[in-house]
Amino acid sequence: MAQTITQKILAKAANRKFVDVGESVWLNVDILLTHDVCGPPTIDIFREEFGSDAKVWDTDKVVVLPDHYIFTANEHAHRNIDLLRQFAKEQGLKHYYDVGTDRYKGVCHVALAEEGFNLPGTVLFGTDSHTCTSGAFGMFGTGIGNTDAAFILGTGKLWEKVPESIKFTFDGEMPAWLTAKDLILQILGDITTDGATYRAMEFDGEAIFSLPMEERMTLTNMAIEGGGMNGIIAADKIAEEYVKARSNKPYELFQSDLDAQYHSKYHYNVRDLEPVVAQPHSPDNRATVRSVAGTKITKSYIGSCTGGKLTDFVMAAKILKGQKVSVTTNIVPATVLVARSLETEQYEGVSLKQIFEDAGCSVALPSCAACLGGPADTVGRSVDNDVVVSTTNRNFPGRMGSKHAGVYLASPLTAAASAITGKLTDPRDFL
Amino acid sequence: MEKIIQGKAYVLGKNIDTDQIIPAEHLVYSLSDPEEVVLYGTYALSGVPPEQGGLPEGNIPFIADGEVRSAFTIIIAGPNFGCGSSREHAPFALKVAGVKAIIAESYARIFYRNCVDGGFAIPYETAEQLNQVIKTGDELKIDVEANTIENLTTKVTYKLNPLGSVFNIVEAGGIFAYARQENLMAQS
Repeated sequence: MAQTITQKILAKAANRKFVDVGESVWLNVDILLTHDVCGPPTIDIFREEFGSDAKVWDTDKVVVLPDHYIFTANEHAHRNIDLLRQFAKEQGLKHYYDVGTDRYKGVCHVALAEEGFNLPGTVLFGTDSHTCTSGAFGMFGTGIGNTDAAFILGTGKLWEKVPESIKFTFDGEMPAWLTAKDLILQILGDITTDGATYRAMEFDGEAIFSLPMEERMTLTNMAIEGGGMNGIIAADKIAEEYVKARSNKPYELFQSDLDAQYHSKYHYNVRDLEPVVAQPHSPDNRATVRSVAGTKITKSYIGSCTGGKLTDFVMAAKILKGQKVSVTTNIVPATVLVARSLETEQYEGVSLKQIFEDAGCSVALPSCAACLGGPADTVGRSVDNDVVVSTTNRNFPGRMGSKHAGVYLASPLTAAASAITGKLTDPRDFL
Repeated sequence: MEKIIQGKAYVLGKNIDTDQIIPAEHLVYSLSDPEEVVLYGTYALSGVPPEQGGLPEGNIPFIADGEVRSAFTIIIAGPNFGCGSSREHAPFALKVAGVKAIIAESYARIFYRNCVDGGFAIPYETAEQLNQVIKTGDELKIDVEANTIENLTTKVTYKLNPLGSVFNIVEAGGIFAYARQENLMAQS
């Protein structure tokens, strides 16, 4: 029976050779990921259902990465960290990355990649919608809630319905002004926010396989914005190189069968595409940057699991070098490693951090920060009628803080160009 | 599982995302401490822009000032209800506010799973665009066995999609209750 890559990975996790689309199967979980917002309630349910003395099914398969509400004075947020810390200690969790120590990593999805937890052919569940990010590594990654996560903590298993897949093929050579963010926003405009509900979004084509891992992660990261169950790119030599540099663990490479069945297929050539934004207030509200150019903005935000990786900042630096921003511009590295790289990575002989500071940007500490608003004292949080151009992933009303603000989702190139002019600006004006 | 669910309708539009259902700033209260749990009810649906809450009129708050539970216990919504984040705090907040059932044209996957596995409000789907024909405040009656919903105010009955493969989990009250029932909780 012909299967897609997603079917093959789920079949393996279900100890089967084949699984049918639409079938509900019990899966053996390779990794359960949680963070500071959803970890504590997950732990409560775990204790309630399995007993206060219960032990997690496998301490090597639980990864706890606090990242959401970190640099805040909010007492409840601190309490969440304390709860995680206590649980990690009780359970002897090796993969707990504590806040306020040099083990702290930052945004969970980026840290998972950096720490070598993403292995092709494996199954990852996380208490976060952007767990689909990991699919860039030829694995199955999807978001779940607290109850499901607690169930996994105790049993190491979860039921899932095998999804049908939608294929997105991108041919052509990526021009310097086009990014993975533009590709996914293009798709979202075509399929809308429920076009991929309960489906796998599979990406391929020469343009996709020319992308470095961090750009592939940006693509699969926003599968959830189309309602996608998971986003996935088969692992190739580039993926293997990234993985082998960070992990000795075994992995398995899968590909979709040539005659696998798909719900639908979309075919693009990147030479026909241009920089785009998602206008307020929906990730599928697509417009070319050219068509909305000149719209005044009050803030530019470059950060998050979607747009706060080193590759994203290299793009922004190319535009910002030698320039000055005319609006508040927040540079929020996703992880500690990215933050350090801003100091060591250079563009035309100047460190990225220096480029940003010289341009008048504020560089923040690594966390999810204002992508989702956060507590009132979060750096970059939107206020009043802010108009923000952001490299983040969602722009529903109130997403970055204020219900009266508008957020334009964009690539790091567009966010950087717009920061300089104080208006939505096509990055081609600067490249 | 109740055989009949009766209550007042609160009508919403499409793409009601989890930030509207429970804004992120509230994701810090305990979900088990009884005093803090009520806050989830207080802030349920507080992210919905006022003119979009309580259709077709709008500007009808889901929770009245100073209250922690809603006068409305059945939500009627358009497609893609619960899209956005995986936060289980969303269906939880609706349950704390007193919601017993949601009837939407369609759901986002994670919200749907959370509703079912967490034993929160029953997530019904329907092919009919009920948010176009039911008004906020209408008295509704769901017949769980017949899979119908009757608008007692207008005297019209509509069909609900059967719950299908998740019926057993919903009936048991959530994934843990179901797993115990089926002896699936053995740890490896």
